[in-house]
Amino acid sequence: MIRFETVSKRYDTGYEALARVDFEVEAGEMLFLTGHSGAGKSTLMKLILLMEQPSNGHVFVDGHHLARMPKSQLPYFRRNIGVVFQNHQLLFDRTVYDNVALPLQVAGYPHQEIGKRVRAALDKVDLLDKERSNPMTLSGGEQQRVGIARAVVNKPTLLLADEPTGNLDPELSNEIMTLFRQFNEVGTTVMIATHDVELLKRMNKRVLGLVQGKLVHDGVLW
Amino acid sequence: MKSNRPSKPERRPNRMGGASATPRNDRPRREAPPRAENVRPQGAVSSQMSWRDKFEAWSAHHSNSAIESLLRMLGTPLQSLMTWLVIAIAIALPAALFVVFSNVQQIGQSWQDSSQISVFLKKEATANQAQDLRGRWAQRPDVAQAVYVSPEQALEEFKLGSGLGELANHLDENPLPAVILVKPKIGGNAPDALTSLQQALVADPLVADVRLDMLWVKRLHQFITVAERFVVALAGLLALGVLLVIGNTIRMAIENRRDEIVVVKLVGATDAYVRRPFLYTGLWYGVGGGIVAAILLAVGFWWLSTPVAQLADLYQSSFRLQGLGLIESLQLVLIAGFTGLLGAWIAVARHLYLIQPR
Repeated sequence: MIRFETVSKRYDTGYEALARVDFEVEAGEMLFLTGHSGAGKSTLMKLILLMEQPSNGHVFVDGHHLARMPKSQLPYFRRNIGVVFQNHQLLFDRTVYDNVALPLQVAGYPHQEIGKRVRAALDKVDLLDKERSNPMTLSGGEQQRVGIARAVVNKPTLLLADEPTGNLDPELSNEIMTLFRQFNEVGTTVMIATHDVELLKRMNKRVLGLVQGKLVHDGVLW
Repeated sequence: MKSNRPSKPERRPNRMGGASATPRNDRPRREAPPRAENVRPQGAVSSQMSWRDKFEAWSAHHSNSAIESLLRMLGTPLQSLMTWLVIAIAIALPAALFVVFSNVQQIGQSWQDSSQISVFLKKEATANQAQDLRGRWAQRPDVAQAVYVSPEQALEEFKLGSGLGELANHLDENPLPAVILVKPKIGGNAPDALTSLQQALVADPLVADVRLDMLWVKRLHQFITVAERFVVALAGLLALGVLLVIGNTIRMAIENRRDEIVVVKLVGATDAYVRRPFLYTGLWYGVGGGIVAAILLAVGFWWLSTPVAQLADLYQSSFRLQGLGLIESLQLVLIAGFTGLLGAWIAVARHLYLIQPR
């Protein structure tokens, strides 16, 4: 599903965010990406999403060699990846429903289909009663769940989450993790970046550990 | 949150299995693994949506973008009105000049059409000779019509037309010569042809004099050419102004919706999708400006038409100021809309690609 071949990323400033990173993720896997802030977690995610290009090495996602993907294919490629952001990137000028519907509208789904899928996704994250609210009026945990609903509404094959539990208390973050696990159980490949070590221990999944851009750990923690 | 809710109908048995189960022992390979035949080519989208669905979604997004951008514009009425006014003034100015100029051209043409050549015959020319001459000239290819006016007829006309009939009755003899009125068969914008015709007519031995105010025709013709170029240049400059105004307005609209653009790009919007609402915004600015311009022109020419008609009456002219007709007004709006679209396109091409998810 994801394969990094000796991938390095050096920014124009000279800062090396990733250094010769090698790993492979099978389809249907659920894994974590950890490291201190600045260790390269976000950069790695951006490389998968093709928000950045590697300076060296090759990235393969879902059978695509990303360096060779024509620009015109990029939107269609991204439709297959759901992304959850730490700051959830919700649009406050529209309702929860419209936020979640965005990926489907962009992909050109028919109206009724959008309604069905959005409600299914909101039901999944237990926010069906909030569909007419503005995301601004929701709590942090609820906003994060709206972000998750938007990420999964298009039924992506790959789900990326960058610090999805960053600002949430343990109880809420457990709920979020349960959601991710459920998506993984129906076949979605899930990759979660987090620096919450307690969370990693609880989940007992494969962990990729980054230190200063180098991959120093690959496997279950302890 | 209930975690043991019966699972949703997400029947998606790991469709990627075939493609991504790549053995690890073929590392040197640079290419992505070839996709298995049964793997869907493009996410869930293309396998589940027919072309018909796609077309409907596409046209739905068009009408959505059109309506939404219009509503957005009407949501800030004062700001939009100001932009429309700026565009309207820039459009109305050359359009007004164009209308005035085509009115002048109309006057000029009616004068030129009546620019018949008066050929005065010598006293010794008999009526028969004159009729003969008229007949020959009427055959010429550059003559539309030749009419013989005998001295007696000329006197009658003078009595009726000048209001000096009494005076003419006191004359001992008819002082008027015989005249042949020649109407040239040429367009108004060919003063050279008129000159050569004049020379041909004056060459006849029976002819005493030929009258044609050539200089006047030439001057008008030249004036029209100059005015034409001036209006075209002005229209070009002001069209550039409209492009810049709309471009700048769209640029600000893009800046205002930066967050939205980033998110929409991240969830897989194509460039065309992102562009669409802004192109419609440009179109509406242009169309709105065009409508305001058409109204300005209609009011302005209506305001002018009465004094112009009175002035024309003083000159015994039936000339009436012609404003923009319905079709011309629609053309104006259409041109304005197109300019708006073009301005938006330029702005979008310049600014939209700079906004990428970071």
